[in-house]
Amino acid sequence: MKFRGRKKREKLNRLLPAREQKDPGKGVFTRRALLLMAVQTAALGELSRRLYDLQVNSGDHFARLADKNRTSKRLLAPPRGLIADRFGTILAANKTNWRALLLSEETTDVEGSVERFSQLVPLDEHDRSRIAREIRHKRKFIPVVLREFLSWDDMARIELNSPSLPGVLIDVGTTRSYPFGELLAHTIGYVAPPNEQDVAKSALFALPGMRIGRAGIEQSQDAMLRGQAGSVEMEVNSVGRVMKELDRQDGTPGDELALTLDVGLQQTIQNRIGDLAASSVVMDCRNGEVLAMCSTPSFDPSLFDSGVSRSQWIEWTSDQRTPLIDKTVSGVYPPGSTFKPAVAMAALNAGVISPADRFFCPGHFDLGGARFHCWAKHGHGSVDLHLALKYSCDVYFYEVAMKVGMDRLAASAHDLGLGTELGIELPHQRLGLIPTPEWRRKHKHHWNGGDTVVSGIGQGFVQVTPLQLATYTSRIATGRKVEPHLVRAVNGDIGAQVDPQHWPELGMDDRYLRAVREGMFAVVNESHGTAPKARLTIPGVEMAGKTGSAQVRRVSRALRESGHFNSATLPWEFRPHALFICFAPYDSPRYAVSVVIEHGNAGADAAAPLARDIMTDTLLRDPVNHKSAPGQTVADAE
Amino acid sequence: MDSRMPMRRFRKRLLRAEPNFRTLSKLWQVSWLYILLICTLAGIGYIALYSAGGGSARPFAGPQAARFGFGLILTLTVAMLPPKFLVRLAWPLYLVSLALLVVVLQMGHVGKGAERWVMIGGTQVQPSEYAKVALVLMLATWFSRIPYSKMGNPLRLIIPALMVLVPVGLVLKEPNLGTAVIIGGIGASLFFAAGMRLWQIVLLLLPVPFLLKIAYAHLHDYQRARITTFLHPESDPLGAGYNIIQSKIALGSGGMWGQGYLHGTQGQLNFLPEKQTDFIFTTIAEEWGYAGGTLVIGLLLLLILGGMVMAIRSRNRFGRLLALGISVNFFLYCLVNLSMVMGAIPVGGVPLPLVSYGGSALINVMLGFGLLMSVWVHRNSRFGEEDEEEA
Repeated sequence: MKFRGRKKREKLNRLLPAREQKDPGKGVFTRRALLLMAVQTAALGELSRRLYDLQVNSGDHFARLADKNRTSKRLLAPPRGLIADRFGTILAANKTNWRALLLSEETTDVEGSVERFSQLVPLDEHDRSRIAREIRHKRKFIPVVLREFLSWDDMARIELNSPSLPGVLIDVGTTRSYPFGELLAHTIGYVAPPNEQDVAKSALFALPGMRIGRAGIEQSQDAMLRGQAGSVEMEVNSVGRVMKELDRQDGTPGDELALTLDVGLQQTIQNRIGDLAASSVVMDCRNGEVLAMCSTPSFDPSLFDSGVSRSQWIEWTSDQRTPLIDKTVSGVYPPGSTFKPAVAMAALNAGVISPADRFFCPGHFDLGGARFHCWAKHGHGSVDLHLALKYSCDVYFYEVAMKVGMDRLAASAHDLGLGTELGIELPHQRLGLIPTPEWRRKHKHHWNGGDTVVSGIGQGFVQVTPLQLATYTSRIATGRKVEPHLVRAVNGDIGAQVDPQHWPELGMDDRYLRAVREGMFAVVNESHGTAPKARLTIPGVEMAGKTGSAQVRRVSRALRESGHFNSATLPWEFRPHALFICFAPYDSPRYAVSVVIEHGNAGADAAAPLARDIMTDTLLRDPVNHKSAPGQTVADAE
Repeated sequence: MDSRMPMRRFRKRLLRAEPNFRTLSKLWQVSWLYILLICTLAGIGYIALYSAGGGSARPFAGPQAARFGFGLILTLTVAMLPPKFLVRLAWPLYLVSLALLVVVLQMGHVGKGAERWVMIGGTQVQPSEYAKVALVLMLATWFSRIPYSKMGNPLRLIIPALMVLVPVGLVLKEPNLGTAVIIGGIGASLFFAAGMRLWQIVLLLLPVPFLLKIAYAHLHDYQRARITTFLHPESDPLGAGYNIIQSKIALGSGGMWGQGYLHGTQGQLNFLPEKQTDFIFTTIAEEWGYAGGTLVIGLLLLLILGGMVMAIRSRNRFGRLLALGISVNFFLYCLVNLSMVMGAIPVGGVPLPLVSYGGSALINVMLGFGLLMSVWVHRNSRFGEEDEEEA
């Protein structure tokens, strides 16, 4: 094999030109070099084909990827919508917030800049550690906030010393401001920076300066107030630095809300209440507009934006008078005697009594072995509906409650707006409770007859909110299913308001409603009524109302029989709540007011005069019939 | 005899201040068409580096142009050197390159996880680049003394095999897999061209699969990562796969005619890593499209094939092998770099010759072209024939 190969090669060699014979490797080299050239050409050809595949065949795919690579979309925070009262007075606005930022890439000495800055504007330990952490984690061209809410003096000092503060710059942002502060803190609510769960829900919340409503109208109408984010599309390089702006779309600012509130009236009522732990709601009883909602004491809502200090938080949460809770919708109280008109309506509606039916009150009511007392020790004698309401006779309503039964009583109370959810635009509404045997069973307890008896005078398990009381008063006054509401207009016509005809009829007989109203009229205006102090001094205008004193602790028989029972001597937190509900003018009801004074003792002595003053202020100011804010009221003039 | 002492004669002529007509006529012999081709590619490189510098001659294009000027002088100077002189240079250059490879292992500067650089006279030098040229020269010299008829004797191949394996081992230790593969490839192609018998080749190729398996087991983690990410680049888009993905995106967004000069978004916005060195081709292909990319590939192929033709045209064994070695070296450079940017092989630190930014690679390539030109100028020399006759 080998031999033959060599022979063949020698034979071929002889055929080659003379030079080739002298250089026998030449032929092999040429062949092999040509082979290598073919391989080289093929290899580069294959690469060229691959390049065609990458660039032309799948070019579109990669071009899209490249575009995704280079553009970055950033959202722009929209300005939050303003909130105004019914006359256009601004209740929540956006205030410019001057802040100092540090841009790490502008300086070679970051610590030095921070140190010199802190000599001009003091930074506490908390700030320092936050700044150090942010400088470490953020990219060099993303600014770190050194300090927010700079004063003019701070800014002047910073500007003056800017040569020694490389990298420090002053920037303007916005923050929410509440011109009336504590006065409307509960109703308007407040905003705070979004937390991590919010940020996970929407990218909008990740924007610096973005705020989210945390209470009141700010929370319930947050989606409207927030607006639509704008966006700016930018070309960025591989490390995210912005090279140029490609496209900008300004966002839509949040909606402007006009509320039904009258801030002037609110201020007047606040002045009346002073520093009691109390709440009061003033409603237009025909169309459900809430004119004032007071819950005292209150808090400064702007503190939540910048961060509440620990000591402040402890002060708020340890106060027995619960400044952070909006008592008008989240405070629940036993209605006491203010519940009696509802009991009467239920019984009349059910047909178990007529207004003229009389019951005898000996001062107590016996059921089984238990004895239930009337507030008047010696009784009221024979009373009909009118007298029972006027005297607030307990025994009459014990009897009526037993006759009507708890289920019908609860249904009727719900219709009147008690113990049920209302349409008001506020979060954290509590429902209160009108107990029923079924509710009791659900909690694995037996319903006793005595439970029905005490429910007849608004004690026991019955619990309602001040707003429910005002709504209930409005419904009795108008006979319609009025719903309280706060938002009057969105982005526009402040004058528009709900037509009273909009609300459906309660479906209660007008004669019965009139009988109950007459009873409430007697409470205030007839001699021996329980609330003579509530009589209006305005000539020609009369008011109807009902007192209530709700025990928060059972009065023991021993104490009652000792004869020395005087609730005014009890510790504050054990005294009864003082309540009063009223509407006026009596002949054509326009305003409904509820007043609850926590541990205020007797409704007739504490709540009734306050309610009268509030009603007087409201009637004189008459916000419903004005297009712009009326001037000074009687209270302001005093 | 007259060409044995070129330097002494050169000095004599210089002293007499007579024009050196011999050298001038030699200069005329240089293939100026080939030089023009080299300059065209370098010009494309300048344009691409200008773009990679963000539309500025600084920091890449200017210095690289200066280096090229120096390299061109080097090429033409080396082209004048006769083969006998080059043969005498082979051993010293080879041993120096080995020494440098050892030095870089001892005290080299670590760049991207491997020791590749060494400081000489204030400049950074990459010894593995010089080792390639030195090896080509060394092997060409060695094989030129073994007549074709003696190539069948395996014992004759042991020393040249060691000449290849020693630098390959040293470069692998740096570790620089890409260059090691190129050095191995140069050695193999020279063995092949020198007339290694086919049965020897078959015998050598048999154990290759087993060697590959062992080699993979001894690879560094980052080298293995390259192989894994090469197989599945999308598995780690921000880590090891980043280079391949971004490079592919840049190529793809170039399309047929490119995004326009200085408008390649991937390159201008720094998404491309190493855009001025290893990935310069990507910058070109993104801005000039497939048209520009194939033009560059075509020019590179012309240079390679031109070198091969010069090898075939040479009338002496030394010249043939030297020219072929230089061309294969240039080809392997192009092949590895282009495959790398197109994601066809795992990424390694191999620049695109003449086009990429970088001194060592450019000077090495220009030195190679100088040797190639020398072969061309002296193609009719009967150098080395006496050895053949001795046999």
